[in-house]
Amino acid sequence: MSKKILVLGEVRQGELRNVSFEAIAAAKKVAEGGEVVGLLLGDAGSLANQLIQYGADRVVVAENSLLNAYTPDGYTQAVMQVIEAEKPEGFILGHTSIGKDISPRIAAKLKSGLVSDVVGLEVNGDEVVFTRPIYSGKAFEKKVIKEGLIFATIRPNNIAALEKDESRTGDVASVNVEIKDLRTIIKDVVRKTASGVDLSEAKIIVSGGRGVKSAEGFKVLQELADALGGAVGSSRGACDAGYSDYSLQIGQTGKVVTPDLYIACGISGAIQHVAGMSNSKVIVAINKDPEANIFSIADYGIVGDLFEVVPLLVEEFKSVAVN
Amino acid sequence: MNIYVVMKRTFDTEEKITIKNGQVADDGAEFIINPYDEYAVEEALKLREEHGGEVTVVTIGEEEAEKELRTALAMGADKAVLINDEDVEDGDPFSTAAILSTFFKDKEVDIILAGNVTVDGSSGQVGPRLAEELGISAVTTITKLSIEGSLAVIERDVEGDIEIVETQLPLLVTCQQGLNEPRYPSLPGIMKAKKKPLEKLDLDDLDIDEDDVEGKTKTIDIFLPPAKAAGKVLEGDISGQVKELVSLLTTEAKVI
Repeated sequence: MSKKILVLGEVRQGELRNVSFEAIAAAKKVAEGGEVVGLLLGDAGSLANQLIQYGADRVVVAENSLLNAYTPDGYTQAVMQVIEAEKPEGFILGHTSIGKDISPRIAAKLKSGLVSDVVGLEVNGDEVVFTRPIYSGKAFEKKVIKEGLIFATIRPNNIAALEKDESRTGDVASVNVEIKDLRTIIKDVVRKTASGVDLSEAKIIVSGGRGVKSAEGFKVLQELADALGGAVGSSRGACDAGYSDYSLQIGQTGKVVTPDLYIACGISGAIQHVAGMSNSKVIVAINKDPEANIFSIADYGIVGDLFEVVPLLVEEFKSVAVN
Repeated sequence: MNIYVVMKRTFDTEEKITIKNGQVADDGAEFIINPYDEYAVEEALKLREEHGGEVTVVTIGEEEAEKELRTALAMGADKAVLINDEDVEDGDPFSTAAILSTFFKDKEVDIILAGNVTVDGSSGQVGPRLAEELGISAVTTITKLSIEGSLAVIERDVEGDIEIVETQLPLLVTCQQGLNEPRYPSLPGIMKAKKKPLEKLDLDDLDIDEDDVEGKTKTIDIFLPPAKAAGKVLEGDISGQVKELVSLLTTEAKVI
């Protein structure tokens, strides 16, 4: 049965996030020939056509000057008003900082089920079956929604976006929404992510463990990440030892990532770390200890000193890029 | 200050997962306080040290969760509440938030602290859902908290960046790594914890009809990821290995 599915187009530093295009692809599947409606909040109308080019049939831009910066109350109120007006059968958005923050509030207001952190979905007759990791990817569960919207947040990098089609057109309509009583006010945002490549969306991650030995040692990894256009991550061991910031920790406590390429440097491969990265598409391990557990899950391994191997890798990647 | 912590008993993160009869097998597994909830307990104790008041830890779960509640009491919490939810069908984050909101309905609350996710189900829904049910403000993934009167100034982790927010009590916060270093229970703490009040409630005690808290989602299958085939450990001198690796990544794996 064809359905109407709403998708949030999330904007980060002036650009639509890739996970929003992935959410459109997911919504397309759920809609079964029905309508995919993109939603933009605040001063983002100029991005509407991109949502259409990636598969949305039309776009609603909810306007109010209070939506130009994120607040949980503002975004929640705006989405609720659009859901009331559009009456979609489903709502899909990214499992991002904003997605995680607002989706449970909206689900509570609607008394709806919500499946968070989805990595795959299939339509099975009348049911939409969502797949999501549990125990940080040590296992997976399939879940259906019994009551409420077909409501899910999807994890970046797992559901492929559709090919961009610049010939697609669709209606873009602005609606005014009422925003009031903002209880939480954002005073400031301190940017710590230097390269601007976010770990959860990075296609390539270079990660370091205790074997990196110091905060200084992480510079070598940063050079490799920069050469590859990737991001730097770390293990709990490296964070506990003070070599790396906790915001970069990958593992069952910390972030769970699924990049195309994960290069683990000086990481032993403790179970709790592996849970956070084992679903990466290709894993490379560099470690002095040939018995390290990380080699048992790596696609390619080099037994050697990371301080010797990584700089050579930087050079080799650079020379390959030049040729 | 009336300080509450919502916490959960979870598998130790070093545990391997096995599946028996379609369920995650828990025989012989080590259990812990969900690590993010441990930050919540620690922050609650710090708030009490600064502002006075009482810390109550609340969990929903089976009888065995008494052990984790006693650990929180040994860390320094004053009281514990264990709500048994074994009669709930398809219990999910909606169910947990619904039961908790009923529990909190007649309580005077200044602040509720919870973990930002659990390391088992990881939905991250219960905290914000609960705040919504209670009609109080919620701030998620916090890494710093200071309270002055009824004003809370909070730093939160937003994908590696820090957002500085202000809001008013009563308030629910969900705790992120980096907020604090949870203390270990001391020996006298462990002794005292045995005598601290631990209240056990079931749905009848809270006047909850189990149909009203039935889950809005249903798990239809649980499975393990396919085992990874053994990879290739390269050989030869290091510079040769590096060249081979780059070539494999570009031609065989095609990830670059």
